[in-house]
Amino acid sequence: MDALISFLTDFNVRNVVFGAALLGISSGVLGSFAVLRRQSLLGDTLAHASLPGVCLAFLIVGARQALPTMLGALVVGSIAAFTVLLIIRRSRLKTDAAQGVVLSTFFALGIVLLTYIGNQNNAGQAGLESFLLGQAASIMPSDVQLMFYITLIACGLVLVMWKAFKVISFDPGFAASLGIPVLTFELLMTAMVALAIVIGLQLVGVVLMASMLIAPAVAARQWVKSLELMVLLAALFGMLAGVGGAILSALRSGFATGPLIVICASIIVMVSLFFAPERGLLWAAIARRRNNINLRTQQVLTDMYHIAEEHNDANYPIEIGMVNSLYGMRLDSVMAGLEKQGWLRYDKHMPEEGRHVVLTTNGYQEAERILRDMVKRD
Amino acid sequence: MLKTHVNNHESRFALHVEDLTVSYGTKPVLWDIDLDVPPGVLAAIVGPNGAGKSTLLKTILGLIKPAAGHVYIHGKPYTKQRHLVGYVPQRSSVDWDFPTTALDVVTMGLYGRLGWLRRAGKEERRRAANALEQVGMEAFADRQISQLSGGQRQRVFLARALVQDADLYFMDEPMAGVDATTERAIINILKELRTLGKTVIVVHHDLQTVSQYFDWMLFLNVRAVAQGRVEDVYNAENLQKAYGSQIALLQNADIPTSKSVTTQSDILTSEALQKN
Amino acid sequence: MIESILNNPDFVIIAVGTLVGIASSIVGSFLVLRKASMLSDAMSHSILLGIVAVYFLTGNQNSPFFLIGAAAVGVLTVVLTESLAQTKRVNYDAAIGLVYPFLFAIAVLLINIFVRNVHIDVDAALLGEIGLSWLDTQQLFGIEVPSSLIKMTIITVLNLAFVGLFYKELKLATFDSGLAATLGFRPGILYYALLSLTSLTAVAAFDAVGAILVVAFIIVPPAAAYLLTDKLFNMLAIGSVIAFLSSLLGYGSAVLLDVSISGMMALWTGVFFTLCLLFSPSYGLIAQSFRFKQQKVVNAQRTLLIHLFHHEDDENREEENALPALQSHLRWTAANSREIVMDCLDDGLITKQADSDQLFLTEKGRIWAREVLEPWQHS
Repeated sequence: MDALISFLTDFNVRNVVFGAALLGISSGVLGSFAVLRRQSLLGDTLAHASLPGVCLAFLIVGARQALPTMLGALVVGSIAAFTVLLIIRRSRLKTDAAQGVVLSTFFALGIVLLTYIGNQNNAGQAGLESFLLGQAASIMPSDVQLMFYITLIACGLVLVMWKAFKVISFDPGFAASLGIPVLTFELLMTAMVALAIVIGLQLVGVVLMASMLIAPAVAARQWVKSLELMVLLAALFGMLAGVGGAILSALRSGFATGPLIVICASIIVMVSLFFAPERGLLWAAIARRRNNINLRTQQVLTDMYHIAEEHNDANYPIEIGMVNSLYGMRLDSVMAGLEKQGWLRYDKHMPEEGRHVVLTTNGYQEAERILRDMVKRD
Repeated sequence: MLKTHVNNHESRFALHVEDLTVSYGTKPVLWDIDLDVPPGVLAAIVGPNGAGKSTLLKTILGLIKPAAGHVYIHGKPYTKQRHLVGYVPQRSSVDWDFPTTALDVVTMGLYGRLGWLRRAGKEERRRAANALEQVGMEAFADRQISQLSGGQRQRVFLARALVQDADLYFMDEPMAGVDATTERAIINILKELRTLGKTVIVVHHDLQTVSQYFDWMLFLNVRAVAQGRVEDVYNAENLQKAYGSQIALLQNADIPTSKSVTTQSDILTSEALQKN
Repeated sequence: MIESILNNPDFVIIAVGTLVGIASSIVGSFLVLRKASMLSDAMSHSILLGIVAVYFLTGNQNSPFFLIGAAAVGVLTVVLTESLAQTKRVNYDAAIGLVYPFLFAIAVLLINIFVRNVHIDVDAALLGEIGLSWLDTQQLFGIEVPSSLIKMTIITVLNLAFVGLFYKELKLATFDSGLAATLGFRPGILYYALLSLTSLTAVAAFDAVGAILVVAFIIVPPAAAYLLTDKLFNMLAIGSVIAFLSSLLGYGSAVLLDVSISGMMALWTGVFFTLCLLFSPSYGLIAQSFRFKQQKVVNAQRTLLIHLFHHEDDENREEENALPALQSHLRWTAANSREIVMDCLDDGLITKQADSDQLFLTEKGRIWAREVLEPWQHS
């Protein structure tokens, strides 16, 4: 216990944990809108494309400082977003190609600048390369403070413009008919995606940032019925992933924080996809299986009814092996289910033959009911 | 000639469109549309695929900027009359997996008048619930929209427009791809709106039901082919003009006269069906 | 003679760059046309996991097994992405953005855990070391040939052979996969074959240009070519030319500025893309805006003619077909109206008496208007 407390009060660890929590909150909130507006990969594009901004800031300021770095990333990220938009609207290329072109060429420019800085033999260079994959260890209290203010601004904006953001995300055409300046808001929302990326640069880096925008939002979507809850839950999931990844990476030195945060977020997504009530894939699979068994049960019951009918004997004993071979599979569980319902009973017909089953009166009536319903449905 | 004359004839109409021309890039979509819809009618806009029906609605609502011409609603530009207008976009224009309930979608119809900061409160939810009841969807208020059927979704959209409490409604293909029950429910609501003196303008795809549902219509095919009361306008000549080459397919059968149109137009509606 | 060329660093670097570019842009063309460009981004990232995993299992970086094993992870990325999207719980683009960062993160973590002393370094994996591609050689027909040159040649030939053999099928599957299916071409299998080759190309190019820059070679040259031509064959050819020029100029400028060679090569593909985007005679922004302006004038003329035609027999003729109506009804500005009227007068489409503001259609103008309004009578 003492070890845990001293661990958590460790100056550096606390910084990283706070920073990761802030990153999770901001990217959860802003990512929700990006995902719902089908702009998941725009975040990916902008994250990669902001690399030259980071480098330019370093070249201009001459050292690695949080604020210029973030500003540089934000400006270049916005230029990248604008370029994507220009290519989509004014050329014959589609969204995917526009994003791919901007992502890869901006990133290439970033790499070129990075090697250029490296050749200047400057001491701050090692820190710069960490923007590719993040470097949590280098995070300063002042950086965390800055992240805090940006998160505050971003969340404040979302709160103030909630109704507009919501109706634009759901139905932009209708929003425009209400007199909401949709284009302005769409640009603002895109700029805010760039803002979320800027917060994550130091912790997870440009390569993995896409995941931080998408994963918490996708996970949250599985559990909720409303946008309000989705955004809150995405913030919570983002925070959990951030804090989880930060603590895990602090447990053993040499573990990069960014990938661990992304893995935590991915695990939250997997759990949500499988176990969320209503939308969970597990429940869907169980329901499908139950449905199949029900259908099979009805089939077997009515088949047995027909056999009994053919023999003009409601108590006609039917050999289980025969039914099995009719379906080409063993029907033990189906038979057991039917017996449990009280629709059939086992019967020993003759000692040398296999087990037999006989429809009960209830089973007989049930089969008739099913057949009647079938006729009605036709 | 006389400026005053101009203003007079504009305010008489619920919707007055003058010389509207729209082009997407280099391709003209609407040519010089003149359109006057009197108040208190149920109006249909019909025309073949690519005739510019949705574009016309969107331009009237200010979502698309025209190359020429102007639109007046009850005698004033749309930006001044927004509170008088309700809009039902095409159902396919939104993502129905959005995390929201039927009631919440309807509440969005009130966002226009709530202003920037005010949240939707009890009063807004009550009105939204009323609108849902009007379309027979009160039992589904808390249902996720992803779990609604096509017809139910359409009714939710209709309720969202109803809650806007407008004078003039624009609806983009509300009856496309819905079941017969929903279609009947929708048309009943539209007729109720007309009884209340409201004007409803509907992009409609099914020629068979035009004369049954509507009392006013516009044949559109890039230009305004014909407009007026359905009994005056709905005839073979205008159908030929609006559907042009498509109706040429019918040349071997007789060109429909105004009386036989309902039976002859099956081929035309198949065009609308393919679209869905 | 041959040996000295093959061991000339400049030649080898440019040749490897060119081969990476050609092999990538050939498969990339189909991805761009299929609107699946971002899949190459996803694949090229997650290949890192394949490389790390196979490296651990075999300890060998140069066997063909290594290439195929790592490429399999790239294809696995697509399979995972598509099955995730098929659950309908996640959009396709979100699925891409969920799967590859996860695989990539695992790869980085594995490197962190196991190989701090082994020779896989994340930066190299991301950026590539094309500058060193001439160092590692092997014997071929008694000549020392750089391994990366052999590897990229094989991949390029493989891609060319695939596209050459299945050209018709690929074309059909790309432009009309429904029709291709009904004709029995199995577009699904073709698609996955294409993706497998893309993945294989990315793995082969990995140590030369790295995970992210290979995306530039896959997407950018085809995208630039697509702005120049409508023909699939031309697109493949132009893409290859752009890839070659980018390698050449990229290497030259990288040496000049002493910066990353692969980064500069990728950046040059971006330069060519920008040039195509701006100056392409068919789809470039400048040509387009020029054509747009021209068309706008013609459209405005037609608008006026149709307006006059509509109201020729109208009771409001005097009001509608007069100069003031252009501003009050058509909502054109005064300058605009004047310009368009002058254009129409010059073209002999309308007439106007000097002392009146009334406008009249000429027969020619009437024909213009009719052509627009009743196209079926003229076609």
